Amino acid sequence: MTYKKYISKIKKNKIIIHLSQIAIFILFITIWQILANKNYINTFITSSPKNILITILNLYRQNNLLFHIWITIKEVLISFIITSFLSIFIATILYNYKILYKILDPYITLFNSLPKVALGPIIIIWIGANIKSIITISVLISIIVSIQTIYNGFENTDPLKIKLLKTFNANKKDILFNCVIPSNKSVILSTLKINISMCLIGVITGEFLTSKAGIGYLILYGSQVFNLNLVMSGIILLMIISYVMYNIILYISKR
Amino acid sequence: MNLIKILNLSKSYYSINEETKAINNITFDIDNNFTGIIGPSGCGKSSILNIISNQDKDYEGKIIKKENLKIGYMLQEDALFPWLNIYENSILGLKISKSLNDDNIKYVVHLLKKYGLYEFKDKYPNELSGGMKQRVALIRTLAIKPDILLLDEPFSALDYQTRLKVCDDVYKIIKEENKAVVIVTHDVSEAISFCDKVIVLTKRPASIKNIYNINYINKNTPTQNRKTIEFQKYFDLIWSDIEK
Ligand SMILES: Nc1ncnc2c1ncn2[C@@H]1O[C@H](COP(=O)(O)OP(=O)(O)O)[C@@H](O)[C@H]1O
Ligand SMILES: [Mg+2]
Repeated sequence: MTYKKYISKIKKNKIIIHLSQIAIFILFITIWQILANKNYINTFITSSPKNILITILNLYRQNNLLFHIWITIKEVLISFIITSFLSIFIATILYNYKILYKILDPYITLFNSLPKVALGPIIIIWIGANIKSIITISVLISIIVSIQTIYNGFENTDPLKIKLLKTFNANKKDILFNCVIPSNKSVILSTLKINISMCLIGVITGEFLTSKAGIGYLILYGSQVFNLNLVMSGIILLMIISYVMYNIILYISKR
Repeated sequence: MNLIKILNLSKSYYSINEETKAINNITFDIDNNFTGIIGPSGCGKSSILNIISNQDKDYEGKIIKKENLKIGYMLQEDALFPWLNIYENSILGLKISKSLNDDNIKYVVHLLKKYGLYEFKDKYPNELSGGMKQRVALIRTLAIKPDILLLDEPFSALDYQTRLKVCDDVYKIIKEENKAVVIVTHDVSEAISFCDKVIVLTKRPASIKNIYNINYINKNTPTQNRKTIEFQKYFDLIWSDIEK
């Protein structure tokens, strides 16, 4: 096989994959719409692509859709920033004071296995039914895994490199900034990628518990008044938001 | 004049279940020349270097160093940082020991130029051969201007051909820069061809089996020394000593 053939084969493969992906999407939407048009499915509980589109347009015209999207994105970004900074900070402290990690280990495990949403009611009573509670819930949901992943990365730093720095009389700070953090760059970046998704999960959970605006609020409100068009629209909007935010982080981390 | 005097040095490692005695009452001098330490693997050679270089302060006995003696320590593997380029790797020791000034940077650039690495200064370690990486590691150690270099099996990661060549390279560089050396190895021929004095250790816990002064009529680079009659003589002598 010549090089040219090889390249053209790879290109062909890529085109096939992309076309298939688009085809699946179109097929899904079309079948859904046809089934709805022919009354094979009850659009009252399944909604339909057309209805979703109309709902979203109406939300945009009458109900401040951009405001709801903005609220959700703002909550995600704030909790993402808090989670990321706090987890890097805490993992650094635990790494430098191993005894602290050993003491706290069972409590971290305990807290990790607790479904954080169970704490929701307490948090709302303590902090109030507002955006701060939503952010707190989101941070609690994402932070433990983030700390553990970064801490494990730190622990697996090549001991030889640390020993080398010590031969030049490095102190803890030197070792941290010249070796531990740079050699864990990819661990930290992939944790950030996971954090953005975890924070979105956390924010929607929080919005379900207490909110006056946001996509989670729209979905919850839609289900309460049995408006499935609204619920489905909310879910579609969430998919788009999460896809876009994930790709932004991906783009930033690649540079 | 001794650079370092080691008196009745002993060292044990502890775990919950046992005590491992690694060094057993060792006494020797390190002079301003090339000292080799040989012994079977796991006998306690690296432990001795860790103590001399002050990495390990938990030992019995006495280490007396010449005043203001600056020690450079080169580890068993090159341990270059893959995210730093060759230049940044070379000045890492200076940066860490907070002595990154114009004079020292000039010295590093001088070393890189002299030993054929300057044109690679913007490359990354994975783009260099094993021998070149070893040279970078050596320059990183030389950059802090040590009086004495501790080399822990510096060539063990290299294949035999490269090993002989890099051994010569390193020898020339250190002679040229006028440093004293303590080199640890488990290769008898390497020690004899490289050093002025060879200390033979027993298996763990390391104690001194014998100390040999190595003299060549025409002392030359390690590969040249290997071809002499004296080399053969010392080799047989030390080999029979180890076999005992
Ligand atoms: N940090 C340590 N903890 C416990 N035992 C160790 C440690 N370092 C070395 N040892 C033990 O001490 C002995 C000597 O080790 P080392 O000085 O590295 O030997 P060498 O360099 O001659 O191969 C070995 O048996 C090794 O298992
Ligand atoms: Mg060793």
